[in-house]
Amino acid sequence: MILQGLAFYLFAAVTVAAGVMVITSRNPVHSVLFLILAFFNSAGLFVLMGAEFLAMILVVVYVGAVAVLFLFVVMMLDINFVQMREGFMQYLPLGAMIGLILLVELILVGAAWVIAPQAESLAAVPAAPAGDLHNTRAIGNVLYTDYVYLFQVSGLILLVAMIGAIVLTLRQREGVKRQSIAEQNARKRDEAVEVKQIPTGSGV
Amino acid sequence: MLEIGLGHYLTVAAILFTLGIFGIFLNRKNVIIILMSIELMLLAVNINLVAFSTHLQDLVGQIFAMFVLTVAAAEAAIGLAILVVYFRNRGSIEVEDINMMKG
Repeated sequence: MILQGLAFYLFAAVTVAAGVMVITSRNPVHSVLFLILAFFNSAGLFVLMGAEFLAMILVVVYVGAVAVLFLFVVMMLDINFVQMREGFMQYLPLGAMIGLILLVELILVGAAWVIAPQAESLAAVPAAPAGDLHNTRAIGNVLYTDYVYLFQVSGLILLVAMIGAIVLTLRQREGVKRQSIAEQNARKRDEAVEVKQIPTGSGV
Repeated sequence: MLEIGLGHYLTVAAILFTLGIFGIFLNRKNVIIILMSIELMLLAVNINLVAFSTHLQDLVGQIFAMFVLTVAAAEAAIGLAILVVYFRNRGSIEVEDINMMKG
C-alpha cells in the first residue's frame, strides 16, 4: 500500500511538472518531449488505477503516433521561435487569472461533491471482480458486443481523418519533373530518332 | 496520506486541465503549443473517466476513454494538417494572423 502511494505521488508529480514544462518551455521541440513524458507518466497512473489496457494504448497511440506527429510538424515548419515568445508576459496575467478561477471552481465542485449511494448498482457494465478476468479481455468482451457500432464509427472517424489529412497536405508542385509511364510507352521511333544524310567531308 | 483514493486522481486531472487552459492563453502566438494544450486537457479528461470507471467498478468509463483517445488522435492529425497548409500559405502560425475570414 505504501509502495502504491509513493508510486502515485511520483507519477502525479512528474505528470504535472511535465505539463507545466509543455506550456512554458521556450523551444517547441522540448514541449513535445515533455508532452511525451506527461503521457508516459499518466500511463503509469492508469496502471495504478487498474486500467492496464488503456495505459498501453496511451503509450502506443499517444507516444508512438500523436507525439511523433507533433515532432515532425514542429521540425518541418521553419518558424522563428524567438519571435514566437514575444507577448508571453503580456498574456500571463489574463491566463493566470482564468486558470486560477477555473482551478478554484474545480476545487469548489470537488469539495461539495459526493457519489450517489446507488451509483454502484447502476453500473451499465459492472466490472468483473479482480483476478477473475483481466482488464484487456473484459474491455474486449464489452467493446465488441455492446459497443460494436461505436467501435466501427470510431474506425470511420480515423479513416476520414486520414483522408482529410492527405487531401489537405497533398500538393502538385509546379516545375517538378515526373516520370509518366504512359507517355514513355506511347513514343514512336520517329519522335525520338532523326536520320540525317551527311555528305562526306562537309561537316554537320 | 498514502492511501490513494478517487480524490487524488481527480486532483491530478483538475491540475492538468487547468494547465491546458492556462497554456492556451499563455501561448497565443504558437498554434502548435495550443494543440498540445488541448492534448493535455484531453488527457485530464481521460484520467477522470478512468478514475471514475475503476472507482465505480463500471467498465463503460474505460470504453469511453478509448473513444476519446480515438477522436483526439484524429483531431491532432487534422489540426496539424491544417497547420501545415496554413503555414505554406501565410508563412506564420500566429493566432493573430489567422484573420483572413474576418470580412
